[in-house]
Parts: sequence; C-alpha cells; structure tokens
Amino acid sequence: MLKAIVYVTLRESVLDPQGSAVKGALHTLGFAEVADVRIGKYMEVALETDDREQAVERVREMAEKLLANTVIEDYRFEIVEG
Amino acid sequence: MKVAVIVFPGSNADLEMFNAVEDIMQVPVEYVWHSETDLAAYDVILLPGGFSYGDYLRCGAVARFSPVMEQVAKAADAGKLILGVCNGFQILLETGLLPGAMLRNRSLKYRCKMVPLRVENNQTPFTADYAENEIIQIPIAHGEGNYYCDQETLARLKANKQIVFTYEGENPNGSIENIAGICNERRNVLGMMPHPERAVHQWMSSDDGKRLFSSILKTWREQNGAAINA
Repeated sequence: MLKAIVYVTLRESVLDPQGSAVKGALHTLGFAEVADVRIGKYMEVALETDDREQAVERVREMAEKLLANTVIEDYRFEIVEG
Repeated sequence: MKVAVIVFPGSNADLEMFNAVEDIMQVPVEYVWHSETDLAAYDVILLPGGFSYGDYLRCGAVARFSPVMEQVAKAADAGKLILGVCNGFQILLETGLLPGAMLRNRSLKYRCKMVPLRVENNQTPFTADYAENEIIQIPIAHGEGNYYCDQETLARLKANKQIVFTYEGENPNGSIENIAGICNERRNVLGMMPHPERAVHQWMSSDDGKRLFSSILKTWREQNGAAINA
C-alpha cells in the first residue's frame, strides 16, 4: 500500500482572500514579521498499489483532472508508504 | 421546444428555475437528474444554482463528472442553448465549457442581495430582449463568485465580446473587470452568478430577469420557425 500526500495551493498570481484575512489577524495578534499567508488544501490518498512509478503517474492524472483546478491552483505531491 | 433543468444532489434553485420557465417561457420543462445519459429530447438546458455535492473540493468540481455533464458538453457542441446560473456557472467553468475559474469572494462574505447589472452584450441568444448597456436589477446569492481568468483569457473575452453582464457600481465579489456573466465564443453557452430566475415578477422586487427567458424563447423561435410547442 502506498499513500499520496497532495498539496493544492492557489497560484502565486492569484489573490488569496483567506490568506490575506489570516495575515491581517496575525498582524493584529502582534506577529508583525508575517509577510504573507497562503492557504491551501492537504489531501491523503490511500492507494491500493505498490508500484511507485505507476502511482506517480496516476496521482498526477488525478490532480490534473479533479484534485486541483490548474486555472487557479498549483499542486504538488509525494508518494509515501501507506 | 423542451427545456431541461438539471438537478444535482445539492441543487437548490432548481424549483425557481423550473417555475421561471413555466411562468415566462410557457413551454414544456422537465427536471433531469444528474445521472441521466440522454439529453436528446431537450432544446435548452439550464444548470441551476445551489451547492452541488456540498461544494466539496471546489464549487462544481464533483458535479462536473456527473454522467449528465458529458451530455451537456455534447449539447453545447451541437449548438443547443445552455445557461448556468450561480453554481451552474461554476460547473460550466469546471467543465471547461466556459473559460476561467471561481475564487472565494474577496470580502470572504456570502453576499445575498439585489445588485445592478450592466448588459454589456445584447447580441446573444440570452440577452436579445435587453438594450445594450441597459442597467437591470438581478439578485445575487453566493460566497464564491469572484470570477478569475488570466490576462490572455481576459483579452480574448473582450475581443470576442464574451463578457455579457458586469456589476454596475459596487463589485460584490472582487471579480476581474467586474464580470458577472460570460458566454462562449459561439454564444450558445452562458454562465452568470446573478439569479435571473429570482427576478421574474414584480413581487420578487424586480422582474428584469424575465427578458433573459423571453430572449431564449425568441432566439429559439427565430432559429426554428414559429412551432413553439412542437
């Protein structure tokens, strides 16, 4: 069994209203060093396979097709032992 | 002429859409469940608002893979008229039938109110009964209506006059260029965040949405002769 850890974040060029609001809140709390906050999604996808190479290919397909909307989001992932 | 209102798990403006068609267009209309695989019987396909699949992952992201959406894409290819309102617009974006994507409202607030819209393009099957640059009152109700596309896509939308509605005055969600609704190049697919089906009688505070439905009917009649209930 393998597991894909997938991270999806808004692209750099896209304003992240949630991130901006959290940054503002952190500033209010006195964390003046906070320059930027980007909020994204973290997903764990359990895979019924032991073939890493195939898993990479399949998870990329999953990300492109559904997990991320590449118009506004970037994704990256790693494959770990499930 | 026959109209389909597509119903996904979580659609909630389907009844209003259905009633608007009955009241204004007065043609046969049916609910079509998202698992349907044949839309051949319908001339106009309406994707209503709501929260299909709970808006899980992204608005419209899961609905986009419903069996019916393959048929909607085919119908779009065939030149049939397709209107997506609110969540329906989000689904059309996720499907790629319209360019761009939706972001969370810049204010992070769910906005539910009557808003003034400018009719930027009245040369579409959906806006023929409006005047160009006319200001109309249509309500919005969404938390993710902040339309986004890259500069290249925006330039294309402008060049092809695909921006159909814009917010007049205050932009309620932060959308690029105040965009409230866009169509495809061929003009047979329209997506818009405001709800025309919620503004079809004076008692709804506005009946400016009526003419969107009458425009659809008019266009269809022109294209198919006068046989309306055939």
